Amino acid sequence: MARVVIRNLNKSYNEVHAVKGVNLEIRDREFMVLVGPSGCGKTTTLRMVAGLESITSGDIVIGETVVNELPPMDRDIAMVFQNYALYPHMSVYDNMAFGLKMRKFARPEIDRRVREAADILGIENLLNRKPRQLSGGQRQRVALGRAIVRHPQVFLFDEPLSNLDAKLRVQMRVELKKIHDRLGTTAIYVTHDQIEAMTLGDRVVVMKDGVVQQVGEPLDLYNEPANRFVAGFLGSPAMNFATVALTDVAGATHALGEGLQLALPPQIGERLRSHIGQQVTLGIRPEDLRVESGEAANGLSFGAVVEVVERLGSEILLDVKVGSGTMVAAVEPTVQAKVRDHLRLALNPERLHFFDCRSEAAI
Amino acid sequence: MIEGAKWRRWVYFYIPLGIFIVWLLFPFYWMLVTSVRPDRELYRPWMAPNYAPFWTTHPTLVHIIDLLTQTLFIRWMANTLFIAIVSTLISLFCGLLAGYALSRLKFPFAGMLGTGIFITYLVPQTLLFIPLANIIRNFNLGDTPWALILTYPTFLIPFCTWLLMGYFKAIPRELEECARIDGATRWKAMLYVIFPIAVPGILSAGIFAFTLSWNEFIYALVFLSSAHEKTVSVGVTSELVRGDVFYWGQLMAGALLGSIPVAFIYSFFVEYYVAGLTGSVKG
Ligand SMILES: Nc1ncnc2c1ncn2[C@@H]1O[C@H](COP(=O)(O)OP(=O)(O)OP(=O)(O)O)[C@@H](O)[C@H]1O
Ligand SMILES: [Mg+2]
Repeated sequence: MARVVIRNLNKSYNEVHAVKGVNLEIRDREFMVLVGPSGCGKTTTLRMVAGLESITSGDIVIGETVVNELPPMDRDIAMVFQNYALYPHMSVYDNMAFGLKMRKFARPEIDRRVREAADILGIENLLNRKPRQLSGGQRQRVALGRAIVRHPQVFLFDEPLSNLDAKLRVQMRVELKKIHDRLGTTAIYVTHDQIEAMTLGDRVVVMKDGVVQQVGEPLDLYNEPANRFVAGFLGSPAMNFATVALTDVAGATHALGEGLQLALPPQIGERLRSHIGQQVTLGIRPEDLRVESGEAANGLSFGAVVEVVERLGSEILLDVKVGSGTMVAAVEPTVQAKVRDHLRLALNPERLHFFDCRSEAAI
Repeated sequence: MIEGAKWRRWVYFYIPLGIFIVWLLFPFYWMLVTSVRPDRELYRPWMAPNYAPFWTTHPTLVHIIDLLTQTLFIRWMANTLFIAIVSTLISLFCGLLAGYALSRLKFPFAGMLGTGIFITYLVPQTLLFIPLANIIRNFNLGDTPWALILTYPTFLIPFCTWLLMGYFKAIPRELEECARIDGATRWKAMLYVIFPIAVPGILSAGIFAFTLSWNEFIYALVFLSSAHEKTVSVGVTSELVRGDVFYWGQLMAGALLGSIPVAFIYSFFVEYYVAGLTGSVKG
């Protein structure tokens, strides 16, 4: 168990600058999730921590040691790969024992650890099988087991659940969380699935184009995204964005946009003061919209035309047209709405997000 | 399998396959029949009455016994076996290391080197034997098995390297990376993870190399001269064709016995061999 510190980490492949000046501190026993769209440099970062990829510049510290030049075997880490990478010619038992054998553990100790890990993962009855005789979920467990038996300082996961079907993924996600709680090993977990990131991570790092956008606890990221990218990336359905102009009407700040005319309460107007007279991006989460009967008193509602109704059971997603733009509203399942209905949608001013149009940073 | 009516299966599958098999196996059948056919039938004109060209009514083992007792055939078999095994082992060893390096290690000109090795394989032996003969003479290796053991790898190593390189490339890189994280050095990862997975590829490279050196003719013809040093392919054709007299019975018996080891090896390893050629690694 150890903390991992990444300082000013860069990686270039010839002309591609894949990882740009990443700074991170992963605390001891923490489950840190790296999330971002495809090609944003998550895997590259993880592989540099593992020692599988050379570092262009910067430092990686595991525990108290700078590991920049250490080969993977000396870093005391274990990695779980997306395609499991089980040794096809070895039984499940030997797959799990391999790392210990290489490190010259005594036979009884190997046996004890393999059986302990198999017990944690519920794969005791599979120990004699070959990987090709296992289902996807079972292979995933074996791959986890192979990491667990080593008792490493750090677990590295590269999209370990992405080859599983949706149901199994949810199940393994829960299990992974339990295992981490039980073992308490520091973990770095790469995924492009924001739900996985939100549910698994003690903290989450959002990356884009090789740059860290924001680091924080999942709900902090969700509620207070640092920029438009993070806001749009986390949450499903994604946040609605609209461009609005901020104006000052008799001391009150108003946001005017396509089909929107919102009178903002004073404390929010205060926050936006420096942007009065400018265009900004307004962000509204789908669940922060609700259907309003009649005109809302505080001037925080707008007219919309229903285009699509998606009934998910626990909620209804309304795709609505606002002015010439579209928005998604997640409303209660009791709402009666039909296509082409004219509605009024009300919003909670506390839950509005504003982003600078040019820098995209949150205001 | 072909779906549908029975006749379709016959027309599109069994009949073409049957023709193909007959076509392939006929020479072997001919070899067998000729080697057990008595001389008086062998040298009878094709159109003579009562002549059965495709079988014999009086099979005899005379030719085979003659071949084994009156000629150096057994000695030739031993020579060929020794040469083929040693040159295959040498080539396989070099091919394994070279194939691994070319497919996995990053070093300057790796790609060019790979192509270069392939090109050497394309140089025809019929040209290469002339300079090689010179080299063999300078090293005083003429008329010894070593002349062949050392020259066969010139085409076997490129061949093994290419076959194995392709095979190694098909093995997911993560397996090796995982082994290295698990605490294996590059050597150990190669030994315990990559090579065991590549067994089908290694076997098929070995079988191929063995067959190529077993059947090799021109180097053997040029570099060996005394009768007791010869290999089967050269011994049979040079010692059993005297002037314009062809000892057909013994020739065919020699060819038949000479192909048994190769046929044996193929049938023994056929599964690995097919897996090796189609390059399937199951995770
Ligand atoms: N070996 C390589 N050579 C050149 N460019 C590379 C190499 N590996 C990755 N890249 C580039 O580096 C960038 C980051 O790749 P990386 O694999 O880290 O993305 P990722 O975030 O893991 O994406 P994904 O979610 O698709 O796995 C990409 O633009 C990719 O094209
Ligand atoms: Mg990746």
